[in-house]
Amino acid sequence: MLLNEMLFLGAVLFCIGVYGVLARRNGVLVLMSIELILNAVNINLIAFGAFHDTVMGQIFALFVITVAAAEVGIGLAIVLLLYRNRRSIDLDQVDLMKG
Amino acid sequence: MESFLNDWGLSIPTFLPIIGAAVMMLIPKDREQLHKLIALATTVAVAVFGLLLLIQFVDNDNYGALNFVVDKGWIDVIDSRYILGVDGISLPLMLMTMLIVPLCVIYSWNHFPEPHNPKAFLMLILILETGMIGTFAAQDLILFFVFFEVVLLPMYFMIGVWGGENRRYAAIKFFLFTLFGSALMLVSFLALYFLADAGTFDMRLLPEAAAGIAKSSQVWVFGGMFLGFGVKVPIFPFHTWLPDAHTEAPTVGSVILAAVLLKLGTYGFVRIAIPILPEAAAEWAPFIGLLAVIGIIYGALGCLAQRDLKRLVAFSSVAHMGFVMLGISTLTDFGINAAVFGMVAHGLITGMLFFLAGSVKERYHTLDMSRLGGLLVQAPRMGWILGFCAMASLGLPGLAGFWGEFPAILASYNPAEVLAEETFRSYMVIAALGTVLAAGYLLWMLQKTAFGNPREEFANDPNVHDATVSEYLAWAPLLILIVVLGVYPQLLFGATDPAVVNSISECLDSVTSGACFDAAAGK
Amino acid sequence: MLNAIVAAAESSGKAVAASGWFLENAWLIWLFPAVSFLLILLFGKRFPRGGSEIGIAAVGASFVFGLLTAIQWISEVEGAGGGGAEGEHALGAGGRAAAAEGEASGGVGALTRSITWLTNGAEAIGAGIMIDGLAVMMIFVVTVVSLLVHIYSTDYVAGDRRYTHFFAFLSLFTASMLFFVTASTTIQMLVGWELVGVCSFVLIGHWWEEKDNSDAALKAFLTNRVGDMGIIIGVSILFFGAGTFDVIGVNEAAITGTMSHTVTLAAALCLTAAVMSKSGQFFLHTWLPDAMAGPTPVSALIHAATMVVAGIYMVARLYGVFFEGYSIGGSSINLLALIGGMTTLVGASLAFVQNDIKRVLAYSTVSQLGYMVLALGVGAWTAALFHLFTHAFFKACLFLGSGSVSHAVHSFDMKEDMGGLRKHMPHTYRTFMIGTVALAGLPILSGFWSKDEILAGTGGWGLFGGTGGNGAYTVMLAMGMITAALTGAYMTRVVYLTFFGEFRGHGTPHESGPRITVPLWILAGLAVVAGFINFPAGFQLVPASWEEKFLQWVEPVGVSYFPAISHATPSWTLAIVSVIVALVGIGAAYRYYFVRVRAVSPAATELPDGPTTKSSLARLGHRILVNKYYLDWLYTTVIVGFVKGPLARAAYWTNQNIIDRVVNEAGTRSVQAGEIVYHKVDQLVVDGIVNATGKISDSSGEELRRIQTGKVQQYAAIMFAAATILAGIFIIVI
Repeated sequence: MLLNEMLFLGAVLFCIGVYGVLARRNGVLVLMSIELILNAVNINLIAFGAFHDTVMGQIFALFVITVAAAEVGIGLAIVLLLYRNRRSIDLDQVDLMKG
Repeated sequence: MESFLNDWGLSIPTFLPIIGAAVMMLIPKDREQLHKLIALATTVAVAVFGLLLLIQFVDNDNYGALNFVVDKGWIDVIDSRYILGVDGISLPLMLMTMLIVPLCVIYSWNHFPEPHNPKAFLMLILILETGMIGTFAAQDLILFFVFFEVVLLPMYFMIGVWGGENRRYAAIKFFLFTLFGSALMLVSFLALYFLADAGTFDMRLLPEAAAGIAKSSQVWVFGGMFLGFGVKVPIFPFHTWLPDAHTEAPTVGSVILAAVLLKLGTYGFVRIAIPILPEAAAEWAPFIGLLAVIGIIYGALGCLAQRDLKRLVAFSSVAHMGFVMLGISTLTDFGINAAVFGMVAHGLITGMLFFLAGSVKERYHTLDMSRLGGLLVQAPRMGWILGFCAMASLGLPGLAGFWGEFPAILASYNPAEVLAEETFRSYMVIAALGTVLAAGYLLWMLQKTAFGNPREEFANDPNVHDATVSEYLAWAPLLILIVVLGVYPQLLFGATDPAVVNSISECLDSVTSGACFDAAAGK
Repeated sequence: MLNAIVAAAESSGKAVAASGWFLENAWLIWLFPAVSFLLILLFGKRFPRGGSEIGIAAVGASFVFGLLTAIQWISEVEGAGGGGAEGEHALGAGGRAAAAEGEASGGVGALTRSITWLTNGAEAIGAGIMIDGLAVMMIFVVTVVSLLVHIYSTDYVAGDRRYTHFFAFLSLFTASMLFFVTASTTIQMLVGWELVGVCSFVLIGHWWEEKDNSDAALKAFLTNRVGDMGIIIGVSILFFGAGTFDVIGVNEAAITGTMSHTVTLAAALCLTAAVMSKSGQFFLHTWLPDAMAGPTPVSALIHAATMVVAGIYMVARLYGVFFEGYSIGGSSINLLALIGGMTTLVGASLAFVQNDIKRVLAYSTVSQLGYMVLALGVGAWTAALFHLFTHAFFKACLFLGSGSVSHAVHSFDMKEDMGGLRKHMPHTYRTFMIGTVALAGLPILSGFWSKDEILAGTGGWGLFGGTGGNGAYTVMLAMGMITAALTGAYMTRVVYLTFFGEFRGHGTPHESGPRITVPLWILAGLAVVAGFINFPAGFQLVPASWEEKFLQWVEPVGVSYFPAISHATPSWTLAIVSVIVALVGIGAAYRYYFVRVRAVSPAATELPDGPTTKSSLARLGHRILVNKYYLDWLYTTVIVGFVKGPLARAAYWTNQNIIDRVVNEAGTRSVQAGEIVYHKVDQLVVDGIVNATGKISDSSGEELRRIQTGKVQQYAAIMFAAATILAGIFIIVI
């Protein structure tokens, strides 16, 4: 089985996603990175599912896809509103909650 | 009927007033007539109950023992039970309370003191009544303590809100002074509980249980009780709260204070301190006797220096309670009978005197005797009643006061065997001198207030009118009782004597060999 | 419920059939006036005569009843006299007399009935009546004088502002006095004693609008109260000594020696103090003259005839105690005789310098009471009571006479407003003269017989031949004689100043109405005949059966509760000498006034060049007398003034500034301590800690807020880092 390779792919995607979430200023890109993270997790789940020869992994992955879809919908709505109010989606400027 | 009274006979009169107060709380302030009616109804109901108790009591014909005993669990963690009971000593005092409170309500019907708030005033009277009746009925030390303290707050408010000019000082002084004594008394009660090691606060069982306490500890415990009760009596030199409290309190407050509250102290001595700790009582007795006779003379002298009528009567209370304490300190049947009679008599007589003082104040708006005079001219009936009460107060035979003073003096000649005769005989002479001084200040007061011609200030004052209907109604029972008890004292002695003999004779054999405190002649 | 209380001695012997209804129910005698008191007080004003009808009716009923009781008693005595039989009164369920067992002396014991009044110390204390000759005699005196005074008052006090009230208290007084004299226990005597004191207070201060009157009333009451200390303590001592309050029991205990001599003496001393104040003995007599501020009928009734003799009665009733306590049967002078003797002299001397006629009579009363106490002190019991009996009548007559005079001239001042009244007021004059002669002790009239008996009772050592008596009381005899002279003298002075010479007052005096003069004549008549019931033994002019009636009827003989006293042998020599002495006194005064003063002018009242102008000693003496031996000054200014003034103020000052200061200081110091605790400890320390915690939180918060940048990505970074670390820990450690 190509488990290690799959996991490695998932890890790489995960790290790219984490980098994107933490370092990018563009809100849409952050969302895209979150998607990337989630998909990496999906790959992980399916890899293990196939490895153990069970359907569990795929079921879980379906859950994750659903949740991701919902979350992206809301996230994009927030970014849209952010743009409407500020004409910019630079996340560095969204610090009104500064303590 | 009998079983009903046995179970509920004491609980109902004890708590009915406070239920009445609770009912009054729900009714708005401005429905004054309704408040007065509820208060009157409640107090009269309690008095009627008292009469039923009296009838049953006489029927039982068991004056020496506790009647109508109720014994239920209450606070089990500290072994305190809800025990009530009356015998020949407490029933007269309780009945006197039940008599005086409705009379106070009647007297106040049209004269509420400023600031006008009948609802609060009457509620306080009712709460006071609960406390007073409860104290006389309680047979458990903690229960006693609770009721003993219940009377403090209402009286504090009465003095502090409706009192005279110096009311705040007087109210706080009364409250703290008395509370200070009570705190020590509570310590004594607790000490008693632990030392007696009987696991109970039951006053009926403690005399036996306390027999085993070492004498030195007994003396200390008694000392605590002495302070607690002594402040309330009041015994010289703890009496200084009394003149201020009495002078500043509203009329009805003074009446209740003088008639009943002072008796809580002496009752405590007779009921608790002496039967439970007779050895210590014998040790303390000469000292108490000394303070008592000092009080008699000192109170009389203080009276002579007064210009304010109410303050004079207040000091006379100190003197009268001196007689009561002298009777108690002789530790004989004669003496304690005299003391109990004296308590009732003083309640009636001094209650009357304070009523009169209040009426004088209301008419003249002053109690300064140098400005008063000629009451017999302007208000002859009232002046006559004042003279009558003055005679009663100085111990004229044929009126109730005599039977409080004479047996006390008689008993001092022959105190209990354990006590020194010479000491008490010298007390007797001093007490007899006290009767002379009593006549002195009372007649002087009478001369200044009632005799002579009215001063120009008030000569044509229409406000100085004779007694009104509500006043007559309030005073008549007291006056009648003063005469009846004076002429036929057996009414009271018949009840108190068996109880006194019982409670004193129940004390320990260890005090003297054989009979205890029994020094009546011929025995 | 009437329980009979059996007297101490068991009764033995035959029981005579019950014939004593009046004796048994003698308690009604005091009940009538007591009820009348209440009735008059409540309803008197509605009656046409202001309630006096009720009073007179009640006292009249008591008088009749008392008379019948007396008759019954006398018949018992007469019936039992003549030897052998022990006279007792059997009453079925009633009490027994304590006739001594085995002594067949023909005496009659007292009748007692009691009920239980109260129980104390599991002991029943009784109250009841004790009727014997003494009681009956007193009842007679009290009711007669009271009745006459009542009738007199309807005229004298007519139109008074408090007419009804006056009669009410006259009734109460009569009731109290009657209660007192029929008392069977010492407690009852105490009750009656004080009640008469109160009535005296009320009646003396009857016109209390004037301060002098209420002052006099207070003085009377307070002086009596001082003596009352004595009776209270005395009764207590007797109770514990004898084991009972019963009069009979107390006397028996004293006589038989059950009570030790010390105790008896102590009790006697205490009771003597009471007697001194109530019966106006030196030095507690000062209230009596001032008591004249009351209306004259009051003075006559209370301060002449009845209340003041309460002390005498008490000594007589409890004679066993006094006799044993003072060893009167012995041969040394005792306190009672001494006080009595001094009182006679003091009273008589002070009577000389009074200008107020009532005051003269008051001091005269003091002096005569001294005689009675003296007689009791020397053991002449019957003589004392006989004198009480006669004195009541002639003194009341004198007082009421003075009242009649004042009714006419509206004053009591002899020097200013009287004189020459014998022409204007014949009845008053004649009755007054009769009273004076009786008082002076001149023969035939009653005072002679009674005073003589007293003097005989003092009994010198063989002086006057044949006078017996108890021991050597010569000094008392001398005092009595001197006083007799003085008595005659000062009364002569009064008679002259009032009835002779020229009228010095205003207006035209006229004789008083019949309601005043009739009682005067009745009393004068009694003053004449009262002496005849006690002719001395061996008096040749009367049959033997008339002799010593009073003694037979009144003196208890052969009973266990009366000591064995001995009697004086009457002596004609003594009688003649005493009459001569009295005449000397009268003569001297007569010469002074009737001769020399009148020679100056008919309207003069004293000699312009009399002794006081010539001799400084006389002036000094006069001044001492006028100031009443400075006793009043001592009592009122010094003692009372001290007690009421500096002493009372000192006590009150101590109260406020020392005792109360402790309380107030306790309060202030507590407040101060509280403030210190609050400001220093609480605010700085305890609260400081609390505040510090606040500050720490605050500053740490300041620091920690920097983490919060508001930037989402930074939060995410922290989150990832934390998750990584935790994962690492999770994997490595676990």
